This record gives sequence, structure tokens and C-alpha cells, in this order.
Amino acid sequence: MSAPTTTSGQRRARTLRTDRWWLPPLGTALGLSAFVIYGLVRTFMNQWYWAPDQHYLAPFFSPCLSEACVPGASHLGTPFPDLAPWVPPPVFVLPFVLGFRLTCYYYRKAYYRAFWAAPPACAVTEPHRRYTGESRFPLILQNSHRYFFYTALLVAAVLTYDTVLAFQGVNGGFGIGLGTLLMVVNVVLLWAYTLSCHSCRHLIGGRINHFSKHPVRYRMWTWVSGLNGRHMSLAWASLVSVALVDLYVMLVAAGAFPDPRLIN
Amino acid sequence: MGYQARLRVWRGDSESGELRDYEVEAEEGEVVLDLLHRLQATRCPDLAVRWNCKAGKCGSCSAEVNGRPRLTCMTRMSLFDPDEVVTVTPMRTFPVIKDLVCDVSYNYVKAREVPAFTPPEGLEPGEYRMQQRDVERSQEFRKCIECFLCQDTCHVIRDHAENKEAFSGPRFLMRVAELEMHPLDDYAERGGDRPEESRGEHGLGMCNITKCCTDVCPEHIRITDNALIPLKERVADRRYDPILRFFRRKKE
Repeated sequence: MSAPTTTSGQRRARTLRTDRWWLPPLGTALGLSAFVIYGLVRTFMNQWYWAPDQHYLAPFFSPCLSEACVPGASHLGTPFPDLAPWVPPPVFVLPFVLGFRLTCYYYRKAYYRAFWAAPPACAVTEPHRRYTGESRFPLILQNSHRYFFYTALLVAAVLTYDTVLAFQGVNGGFGIGLGTLLMVVNVVLLWAYTLSCHSCRHLIGGRINHFSKHPVRYRMWTWVSGLNGRHMSLAWASLVSVALVDLYVMLVAAGAFPDPRLIN
Repeated sequence: MGYQARLRVWRGDSESGELRDYEVEAEEGEVVLDLLHRLQATRCPDLAVRWNCKAGKCGSCSAEVNGRPRLTCMTRMSLFDPDEVVTVTPMRTFPVIKDLVCDVSYNYVKAREVPAFTPPEGLEPGEYRMQQRDVERSQEFRKCIECFLCQDTCHVIRDHAENKEAFSGPRFLMRVAELEMHPLDDYAERGGDRPEESRGEHGLGMCNITKCCTDVCPEHIRITDNALIPLKERVADRRYDPILRFFRRKKE
């Protein structure tokens, strides 16, 4: 039996909402655009990403896997050749990091609303004549989110390693600078965002129907579910922290100001 | 202290209609449904309003107040400025029968398309035994009062009536998730595949998880995070993840 498809006799304005429903999608569009513009500028700037004295590597350039990387910045070797000046090192890693964010369930909601107006806000008519959602190419590729999650785990592990390296003094030995603390905050937020992912929640235990037979996975699922409730906040916090730490390392590497050392 | 509230109410039927302005006495603590009843009692005896419990538990009085899908019995007039015009319209997604009353039969058609709970063979009602932690995910979805506000706000059918055939809406995808996660549901053992059916027959792929269903739910069910996304992930297990499919055990 098929469902009735008659439309309501009420054809009215696009929306009767009287609140400022356009404000959240506008804020999202501005926030995401600012990040994308910063990321592009920073990537193709292709300098000031390694502060050798403080051992700070900018997160946008980590891991630095190209022969074009400045000496000392490649902690994991240089498997990729120096192709051209317009192919900076992040080109080999950023697609995976961006893919994780692009296919993230929270960001999907954010950019579908802010950029594609599908819908711009709840109970506000969208402008498109047809709609197939994520059932067809290219949006069906959103189902690859879990694969990007696996690569995001690797990248988070590498950034953790970078942060450990940042606990070095300018003259050797143990040391902590302001940049070290910022990198710690950044890596904690990145781990929290990555582990709060809906795919992680599913893979760690959500796919099980009998939690009582898997007490350890059930416990982990409970923890991840707790984090998952803050996925939106963590998505924004980690986005901002990555950009800020990158900016900080850039300024230190460029010699704009000395890194305040707390322990050296 | 009472005041004259300004109501703008949709009056009409399936063919035509218009918004009409009324002034109605409002008392402190009243909700929108109280004013609709007063309007009906004093000036518009033919005003059609569906209602029942006045306690936010029957899901009958769903409508749109200032453009937002809401239960009128749970929408306090104190939310609005006394001089603000409060617009009340029927749910936009469904055909109007009269005034604020809609034909929600679409939902009952979709409800019938979801295969029922299938207990293990030989297990009679009253013999079901399960641990709380196994069933609590499904229990969250049982809070649904079937007000159909989630269906009303879902843009997949709200803005594209042509999708009603292929898309069951958040309410019934949640019902599929409820049964799929149920520890005693034996549907898969009988050859069924609820995630695959949610993708194929119920149109899960059309959902782009923009969370409006969660935003309007008067029972605060986390429809998107706890039902739709887990269901999408189970579809990904079966259909889009060859690696996991290789390692998948038949039943966990």
C-alpha cells in the first residue's frame, strides 16, 4: 500500500518562523569559511612550520612526509618526493584529515544547513526542486566516514608524538614552553573529537545487540557515548585549536616573538 | 494577570484557506491550546482543533506555532511578548482536513510497512527475559508519543512531497532501529534484514542528518544520534564496508 502524497492545501510563505533562524547557519558558514581560507593560505605559504629550537611542528604540516620538508621537520621519514613548489607537504596528508571532517556526521549537518540550505534551518523551506539526500553519488560516499576515522586515529597518534617531542628544552634536555602547553591542549581536543565520532561509537560497541555478553565493549561504548554527546562542541573546539596552534608555531618559527619558556 | 493575546490562525480546508487574526483573552500560565479552546468557545465554534490529554503525552495537538512544529498544549503563552502576534498553523507536511486538523494517515501507512517485532521461536509473551543494559537503547525510542512533529519538520518530505512514497521519515526509521537493536528480535534469523530494508524500502539514504527531528521532539528522544546514525552505520557495515563484512560474525 502506498502512502498518500497529496500536499497540504496550505501554500504559504517560505517560513513563518519569527526568530533569527538564519543566524546559526550564517555563523557556521563564516566559521567554516574562515578555517578553509586559513588552511589554504597556510598550506600554500609552505614555510615557517618548524621551529627547530623549540621542536614545534605546525599541525597543518604534520606528519611532514615530503622531501620538500625543511630539515628536522620530518619525524617519520620522507617517502614522497619534492614534486614542485606548488605541491607543499600537507597535500599528502590533509586530504585524509579533511575527509574525516567532511564526512563527519556533525559537519555534514553543519554544511548541509549553512552552504547547501538543505534545509537552511528547521521548518524553513529549502530552495531545491529535487532532493535525493545521501542515497546517490556523490553524497553516498559519506558512508566512507569510518575509513577516514581510521586515518584520523593515525594522524592523532602522530600529533601526539609531535607534542611529546615539544617537551624539549631549547638547549636540550627537558623543557616546556607556552607552545608545548598549546600543543597538549590541541592534541587532547583532537583525541576527544576523534574518539567521540559516531563511527567510533558504532565500531566500539554500538553494533552489538547483546551488551551483557560484551561487558568491556559495553563500558567503552558508554564512555564514547558520553563523549559523543559533546561531538559538536569538540568539533569546533578542535578546529579552532588546530588553527591557533598552527598560527602560534608559524609566528614563533617566523621570529615574530620568542616562545615564553616555563621550564627550560 | 490577563491580557488580550493576538492570535493569527489558519482557517481553511484541503482546497483553500487563509490566516485570520483574532484577539483572545489570555490568563497567566496558559498555553496556546487554552487560547484555541477559548477562541472556539467564544468566537469560532467551527474551529477544528485536534486535542486530547493536554499534558504532552497523547501527541494529538501538534501544529506549528510561529512557524515551529510544537505541541500546542506544551507551548506556554509566556514564551511570547504580550503584544506579539502568535501564528498557529497546521502541520505543513500533511494535507489539511480542516483548520488545524491534518490527515496524518501517511504515518499509519508507513507504520504498517515496518515488519513487527519477531520473538525467538517458541518464546511466548510473558517469557521474554532480557537484561536492562541490552534493552535500554530500544526503550528510549518507546517514549515516542507519535505526535509526528519529527515527520512534519523533516525537510525530505516537508519540502518534497514526491519523496513520501520512498521515505518513511524519522519516526519509522526510529521504529526500525528500535527493533533492530532489540536483543530478542529474531527477524534476521527468519531471513529478514532490517538495516537493508531501512535503506531500501524506508529510504534511510535520503536522511541527511540535519537533526530537525531531534530538535522538535517533545520527548527529547535523540532520534538522530541514537537511532538514525546507528542505523546508517549498520547499513555501512553490510553495504559499504568490505573489510568489516569480511570479519563479521553472524550474530553478536
